[in-house]
Amino acid sequence: MGLIGAIGIIIGIPLALSIPWFPATGSSQADRIHTLYNVLLIVSVPIFVLVETVVLYSVWKFRMKPGQEEMDGPPIHGNTRLEVIWTAIPAILLVSLCGYAYSVLRSNEQTHPGAMVVTVTERQFAFQFSYPAAGGKEILSPTLYLPKGQPVVFHLRSLDVIHSFFVPEFSVKLDAVPGITTTLRVTPTRLGNYPAECTELCGAGHSLMRAPVHVVTPTAFRTWLVHQKPGGPPPIGVSPPAALNSGQPGYASGSSGSGGSSGGSG
Amino acid sequence: MAIPAKLRAPGWYRAALYDVIGFAFAFGLTVLVRWLMHEHPIIDGNAITIVALIAVPLFFLVGLGTADYWFYWISGRPTRPEDHSSHGAHTWRDYFRVNTDHKVIGIQYTVTSFFFLLVGGLLAMLIRAQLAKPGMQFLTPEQYNGVFSVHATVLIFLFVIPVFAGLANFVLPLMIGAPDMAFPRLNALSFWLLPLAGLMMLMSFLAPGGSFAAGWTAYAPLSTTMPLGQLFFSIAVQLAGASSIATALNFLVTIITMRAPGMSFFRMPLLVWANFSTSLLVVIATPFIAASQFFVLLDTALHFHFFDAFVGAGKNGNVIMYQHVFWFYSHPAVYIMMLPGFGIISEVIAVKSRKPIFGYRMMAFSLLAIVVLGFTVWAHHMFVSGMSPWIRIPMMITTAIIAVPTGIKIFSWLATLWRGVLHLDTPMLFALGFLTMFTLGGISGVMLAMIPFDIHVSQTYFIVAHIHYVLFGGSLFTIFAGVYYWFPKMTGRMFDERLGKWHFWMTFIFFNLTFGPMHLIGIQGMPRRVAEYADKFAAWNLFISLSSFVLGASTLIFLYNIAASWRWGPRAAANPWRAMTLEWQVSSPPPIFNFDAVPTVVGGPYEYGVPGAVHGIFKPPAEARPVTAGAAGATAGGGRTGGGSGGEHH
Repeated sequence: MGLIGAIGIIIGIPLALSIPWFPATGSSQADRIHTLYNVLLIVSVPIFVLVETVVLYSVWKFRMKPGQEEMDGPPIHGNTRLEVIWTAIPAILLVSLCGYAYSVLRSNEQTHPGAMVVTVTERQFAFQFSYPAAGGKEILSPTLYLPKGQPVVFHLRSLDVIHSFFVPEFSVKLDAVPGITTTLRVTPTRLGNYPAECTELCGAGHSLMRAPVHVVTPTAFRTWLVHQKPGGPPPIGVSPPAALNSGQPGYASGSSGSGGSSGGSG
Repeated sequence: MAIPAKLRAPGWYRAALYDVIGFAFAFGLTVLVRWLMHEHPIIDGNAITIVALIAVPLFFLVGLGTADYWFYWISGRPTRPEDHSSHGAHTWRDYFRVNTDHKVIGIQYTVTSFFFLLVGGLLAMLIRAQLAKPGMQFLTPEQYNGVFSVHATVLIFLFVIPVFAGLANFVLPLMIGAPDMAFPRLNALSFWLLPLAGLMMLMSFLAPGGSFAAGWTAYAPLSTTMPLGQLFFSIAVQLAGASSIATALNFLVTIITMRAPGMSFFRMPLLVWANFSTSLLVVIATPFIAASQFFVLLDTALHFHFFDAFVGAGKNGNVIMYQHVFWFYSHPAVYIMMLPGFGIISEVIAVKSRKPIFGYRMMAFSLLAIVVLGFTVWAHHMFVSGMSPWIRIPMMITTAIIAVPTGIKIFSWLATLWRGVLHLDTPMLFALGFLTMFTLGGISGVMLAMIPFDIHVSQTYFIVAHIHYVLFGGSLFTIFAGVYYWFPKMTGRMFDERLGKWHFWMTFIFFNLTFGPMHLIGIQGMPRRVAEYADKFAAWNLFISLSSFVLGASTLIFLYNIAASWRWGPRAAANPWRAMTLEWQVSSPPPIFNFDAVPTVVGGPYEYGVPGAVHGIFKPPAEARPVTAGAAGATAGGGRTGGGSGGEHH
């Protein structure tokens, strides 16, 4: 049976890894998450194969045969050593995986001093992206343009209900919550056109709440940016993210100081 | 004017009359309050509907007779404690009355729950029809959001949770040697709350603006800006929750106080342990979902502004508070929907492997560990919610650790199979199918605990895949195992084994074809809860939809088997599985008061293969006590084959 299990694992792991699970690896965050997933697959396949091997082997070997209708199995009530093993090994394994996942999380949410700030304002059922421009003005765009290799900090805001911001190729997402600003960090690493999706149910138009994302070369990005006209003040209900870019790791929530000034209603 | 006797006696006529009175009360109260408050118009349909949704079910319950005894007692009229006119079923009509027999209530619960399984399943077929192709099929986005919201809500609150309560209602008092539940009238009330909650959820489709459509999670502030249908959910959940809590209290008191002589906690079958653990979860957690839906109700109906982030200067993200309260119930709820299934699987695997459960005490302790840990993981549903980032780390660790007691259970079941004599009939096939599916659901669960991966797949079809692997491949497979396993005891008839096997293989294969690919399209980025999706997911979605239609059709085999076997199946023996637990030592179906003689428990419940071992004997404790190992052998035949209670009941 050990042999069957070993063969299962040897076939299973490459099989699981060969499936094209993810869309393109579009950010350094995505790269680390895809590696994490591969590690999870490599750990998971032997566990699944172990369970299935025991089930199938038992079905084959210990199924009731003619004449055994009245028979019972041996009265085995337990085995302390075995029970300690199958408590301790999974516990060690799981805590190790947590440690690894934590290190990935730290790397993915690391702050970069020169990060570009993009404010994402969501409402039913559209995205608006704004880039800071000279003179305190902002450049507003329904399309997200990002330069390749440049760390970006997204400040997410919602004008009505809870939305979310997800670019599958970047492998990161975060909710946009009315009343607070949430912060998401990404470093795009691959040129291309991707979708940004709202993944938090937000009403009838939720399914079609998408926006195009273009990751372009830094030169192309600068060219695009200078051709945009700076807009007026940001839309009603959105205050400038003054208190937000404080360099805290993770997505620090907005302080109450930034919220008092706006009086728009949803 | 004399009131006809039919309208004075408890029953459907009086319930209908009381419904009219209840509606008139709601109408009058609403109009009066609006007149006093100078609201215009005085007659407001929405306001009347909301008050009626609360009043009419309560009047119905009183009219039907769930509270007659209590009202007699309160008003000082003579009560009739020894009148068993509402106990037991002699004709099918007795199943449509307030009945205090736990066996009748168990069947009422189970059949009602399966009705709602069909409703939820048909809604799932609508969902898959809509998603078979990109581009709108026949539902508008609003209708689609309503359909999947009601699908989830009905299957969680009206199927998985109550069907376990139903099976346990029938089996548990028998298993511990009790004549009934501790509070039979409360038990009846618990049941009758359920169909009301279910009908209310379905009636929301008739509400102006359509059914509730903010998902079963009903996140504020989307839910608080929804049309009237949303409040059908808010109020229906209060009824279902009250039913859950009352039943859980009933189970706890029954298990703690009504065990037969000799049945110590460590002689209880694991199904009893599982329902003990589940009931602890229910009584502690369920008030939190009641609270979360009261928030929505008060916010929407009475403008409490709990979640209106734009009121005043605060703007401090109160909306996340809703999610914490909601998940503080709804994470333990997944264990409420799983632990009773663990109990069923332990029964089936021990009996069908003809071996004692491996590591019985660890099986019991791991249930309690899950109860405790189950309250420490809720915010893993909120890794991308925008809550304080640090909360994610402890929640990741506890979520990973809760897999340890679950793993102990899976490994112990595997060890129970080992070297047994496996009877691979329908209940056992569903138990083994459960082991496979639940292992997959557990693995994807551990993956989801890992924050960076969860950030990628949260709110995608990967979540849909995971939840269906644990609730369909997990819970529903255990429910099928349990229904087949206890069908002979509940109905006194045997089911058709050949159809049962067909049902298993159809369900097992097409379940995997339906939900397996959802992992992939989820990781590739298809969001959940969408009526429309990108063209690149078209091929897989068509495949999933076609598989799901066959999966849905497989339920018809089950229904036919159950209906036909119940009517025409061969008579069941008292103990067709040669099981040791007490419910199999009485006739099938059991006598009206369960045991003609009070059983005495003299050993563990799973002593298969131990020569001469016996779990319970039908002798008073005084006679039972001197029994030694040698003498137990003499009584084994009586205890094991069920002769003790007089055999066939019919």
